[in-house]
Amino acid sequence: MDPQTIIETKSLYKYYGQQAAVDNLDLHVLEGEIFGFLGPNGAGKTTTILMLLGLTEPSKGEARVCGFDPTREPLKVKRLVGYLPENVGFYRDMTARENLQYVAKLNNIPDMTSSPKIDEALQIVGLSEDGERKVETYSRGMSQRLGIAEVLIKDPKVCVLDEPTLGLDPDGAIRMIELIRSLSRERKITMLISSHNLDQVQRISHRVGIMIRGKMVAVGPMEDLATEKFGVGKEKYTLEQIYMKYFHEV
Amino acid sequence: MGNQAKTFTKNLRELLSEGIDTHGLLVVFKKELTDHFSSYRFIILFALIAMVSLISTYTTGVSLREELEGITKPKLVFLMIFTRGGLSLDWFVAFLFPLIGIVLGFDSINREISAGTMSKLVSQPIFRDSVINGKFLAGITTISIMLVSIVLVISGLGLRVLGVVPGIEEVWRIIIYLVISIIYISFWLGIAMLSSIVFRSIATSALASIAIWVFFFFFTLLGPVTVANAIAPLNQAGADSETIIRHARVQERVRLSSPMGLYNDATATVIDPMRKTTSSVVLMGPMERLLSARFQNPLPLSQSILVVWPYIVSLIAITLVCFGFSYAVFMRQEIRSV
Repeated sequence: MDPQTIIETKSLYKYYGQQAAVDNLDLHVLEGEIFGFLGPNGAGKTTTILMLLGLTEPSKGEARVCGFDPTREPLKVKRLVGYLPENVGFYRDMTARENLQYVAKLNNIPDMTSSPKIDEALQIVGLSEDGERKVETYSRGMSQRLGIAEVLIKDPKVCVLDEPTLGLDPDGAIRMIELIRSLSRERKITMLISSHNLDQVQRISHRVGIMIRGKMVAVGPMEDLATEKFGVGKEKYTLEQIYMKYFHEV
Repeated sequence: MGNQAKTFTKNLRELLSEGIDTHGLLVVFKKELTDHFSSYRFIILFALIAMVSLISTYTTGVSLREELEGITKPKLVFLMIFTRGGLSLDWFVAFLFPLIGIVLGFDSINREISAGTMSKLVSQPIFRDSVINGKFLAGITTISIMLVSIVLVISGLGLRVLGVVPGIEEVWRIIIYLVISIIYISFWLGIAMLSSIVFRSIATSALASIAIWVFFFFFTLLGPVTVANAIAPLNQAGADSETIIRHARVQERVRLSSPMGLYNDATATVIDPMRKTTSSVVLMGPMERLLSARFQNPLPLSQSILVVWPYIVSLIAITLVCFGFSYAVFMRQEIRSV
């Protein structure tokens, strides 16, 4: 059986004034895959994500996430989708565990079930030892991993991660990428990862989409993209090269 | 605007399809309340307010005791500790206590946005209005607890200094006075929250709400007379009754356009029943004034409430307008982590 489309947009537009931040976007993300959503800063990646979560309204067109329209039924979407914003923040004077407890409560998870869930989530991201520490003592990499733990609390079907490796050192970035890969494998969570860091994302993505100035210029598995643009078949191209090629074309 | 209508129908649809989100509201409310009570700013604010109130009550109480020595105690003497003296508690609540509302609210929204917690909060399965409602309710609850405990402490002190036990009517009047004061401080909380939504920077929103407070402070003290003198000047020599009335009317209108003036009028006959009317200028000759003073009797409680009712309603109205406006802006705001 073919995997089902879990995130879908049809000719989606978002205007800020005259400027089109998202310009006629058709996006399909299949169930269970890791989709790398690539593009330079200001390409409209975050705007697209906000529309997918019902946090801002599209100017035109429609979006569907898990079969729901995020504009009309944002709560149903938010129950199923875990979102890690770019530069995620925490209540710094609370411990990591307290932060997670708050999110569990917001998701209407009773204390009885949330406690083992929190332990499990902390363990997955490797923060079991630091759960009782206040978040203000956390390093950037730890905060980012705590963000992943927070997303896991609600048992999401889909994870939307906005620049998950931003500001991490190489070691932290690799840990993050591996964490995402293992979550996708073991929990079968569909992942939409936005990033401008091609190198890291191409390593784990099943498919990538390249967005430049509000337009999706190319979508597909890495190998296809390389052949399509360069017409060279098996030869190895890094995503970087492909990306720069598209970037100069637009 | 079309967009606004769309947002509205969207909210309505959400409401119909999922019911009111009391759960999310309660979770946010509890968290905010805990935050308020465990914060240093609450402790500092409470200490400051308690100090000011205790000092003013004590001096008023002592001077009252001296005044009343050897004469029959007038009716409702207990209420006088709230109203007598140059800097009575009544005055402090009107002019200084707005600070409580401002301090509790000036960074409630923009701090979460700049800390990056807001974008995660609104992506949880709760209605967005639960966030703002929960914060507002937690603020009101904090204000109520603060004011009630301060009035209780003051009453205790008053009991000791004056040696008079308040009667039932006095207790009722104090309760009504408390309710009006809570609404009034909530109005300032609304102003502060509004500026925390409108301004992205915490310093700007603090400054903006303090500016509004200071403006009304001076406006209420100086504005009415200045405006009245400009619009309906009183000639020194022969002012006929018509100009005097006009002068007084202008003064009252101007005073009522400030929340502090409104608050003063709303509490006037409740806490100070000897004052029969809310307007300060009543046309009376000196003889009449003397007469009325001699046979002065407090206005009954029910009548007092009747007199101040319109002001209370206006006070609630401006609070709701302020909150409604914050609500409208916040619901349409696009929240990005920065």
